[in-house]
Amino acid sequence: MGKLTNFKRSLWVFHASGGSCNACDIEIIAALTPRYDAERFGIKLVGSPRHADVLLVTGAIPRDFADKLRRIYEQMPDPKAVVVIGNCGTTGGVFYDSYNIAGPIDEVIPVDVYVPGCPPRPEAIIDGIVKAWLKIEKLEKELEGKEK
Amino acid sequence: MAKTTYYIPVGPIHPALKEPIRVEAEVEGEKIVKVDVKRGFAHRGIEYMGMKRNAIQTLYLSERICGICSISHPYAFVIGSEKALGIEAPPRAQYIRTIIAELERIHSHILWLGVIAHEIGFDPLLFWTWKGREKVLDILEAITGNRINYAMYMIGGVRRDLKESHIKALRDMITYYWEFTEHMKEVFLSDPVYKARTRGVAQLSKEMALKLNVVGPTARAAGIRMDVRQDIPYDAYADMDVKAIVPQDIVGEARGDAYDITMVRLYEIEQSLDIIEFCLDNLPEGKILAIPNYVALLNKIKKTEGEAIGAHEAPRGEVIHYLKYDGTRDGPAVWKVIAPSYNNINSWAPLLLGAEVADIPVVVAYIDPCMCCNDRVAVVEDSSGRLLDYSYLHKKAVEKTRKLEKELGVRR
Repeated sequence: MGKLTNFKRSLWVFHASGGSCNACDIEIIAALTPRYDAERFGIKLVGSPRHADVLLVTGAIPRDFADKLRRIYEQMPDPKAVVVIGNCGTTGGVFYDSYNIAGPIDEVIPVDVYVPGCPPRPEAIIDGIVKAWLKIEKLEKELEGKEK
Repeated sequence: MAKTTYYIPVGPIHPALKEPIRVEAEVEGEKIVKVDVKRGFAHRGIEYMGMKRNAIQTLYLSERICGICSISHPYAFVIGSEKALGIEAPPRAQYIRTIIAELERIHSHILWLGVIAHEIGFDPLLFWTWKGREKVLDILEAITGNRINYAMYMIGGVRRDLKESHIKALRDMITYYWEFTEHMKEVFLSDPVYKARTRGVAQLSKEMALKLNVVGPTARAAGIRMDVRQDIPYDAYADMDVKAIVPQDIVGEARGDAYDITMVRLYEIEQSLDIIEFCLDNLPEGKILAIPNYVALLNKIKKTEGEAIGAHEAPRGEVIHYLKYDGTRDGPAVWKVIAPSYNNINSWAPLLLGAEVADIPVVVAYIDPCMCCNDRVAVVEDSSGRLLDYSYLHKKAVEKTRKLEKELGVRR
């Protein structure tokens, strides 16, 4: 793992659930609770995308949800990263041939990290968020370079 | 005349909601005067896909209707299919199915207790209950191989057997949960602030409950004795005496509010422990699959005509699957799913009318809604037209709890 040097704040995460079956969503909450305790790293779920550094998306995205997800993504400040949790968000999963799915999440918004699994274990979710953290670190460095 | 009501949309992406649904409320000051619920944001066309696939593939698809009830939907599906196809699961498989279903009820009810604690601002309680929940997830992982989405059931039995080591672990778990539930009862039921915050909130009278056709713990909290395990017993439930848990049996009267629901859910955890213990004591020996060869099973399905209804008491209420096999293909020709939250969400609008804005999270959470079983974001505007986001609503809910704490003179 690289060193975290530029990103000096706690990492705030916003969670948007699309057409997910809830399994990934409850594993995200489980990752925050005492057994896995992601909050000890300062990783926190927030109530608004405008406060978030990382967007967690679960589930294959139903058609009428796609524009809402795009709006959430656009509301997030830079630098930002998107993490897809679960198989159906990554590839469509078991819902691949549905008539109401706008496709896997990377067809709707740009995605940085994929965490496959049905559902992935909380350890895997934390690992995915750390990978996104490293990406944000890189983006932050670039932004700093531009300012100078 | 100046405008007196304001419009508050909540959802489809909202922090109080873990899944997409939209509640639109008109408020006059703190009071809600008009409500509209819009659902359908999580529609994935599952029934349509299921009618194109074979029955075994559809069984795993049914598991993905909901990740929290990832046993309830397959349970109703296998019961319906077995009735339609004339297959009977071996007794050992029936008992194992009942054990897994009750394990799921324990994890789901503890999950709900954590969520309701979070909604009213007791976050340490959320973390504590979810810590206790990990134990049952460990057991489920040991038996089925996954924490959620277990892929355990099969038409005509189960796919994995219970080993001696699992039975020992289950007995340890039962001892652990008797103690943990006792502790939870003390924390939830005897805490004066919790009581003040939930008594009279989301109150559903017996008449209303019958009229709105609510099911599961929501109906039982209103005093209606209904439980699929009691009314039309199946599998191991037929060998024991399952009685619906209603508040009048516990404290003498049923009020149907959020406090009664908490009570019903806590006592149901104990009931589940009893059921698991009974199943372990009477676990029959023998096969676990009626037709162990899946190719033979699909062949039989292809040649059989029949239709049936499969019902199971999920943690949130009854889940019903209607299946029809037409004898021409190896999957269901017609598949219809009715999930409990579909009925229960109907109770939101009447309950929210006249309630305070700070009660929205409690009313929304109390039925333990499951949109993936059905459909989430809310926006609320205050008098200056400012948008109130979920964190603000949550803050209001917490503030009300703190105010009550002060009024009741409770120090923490």
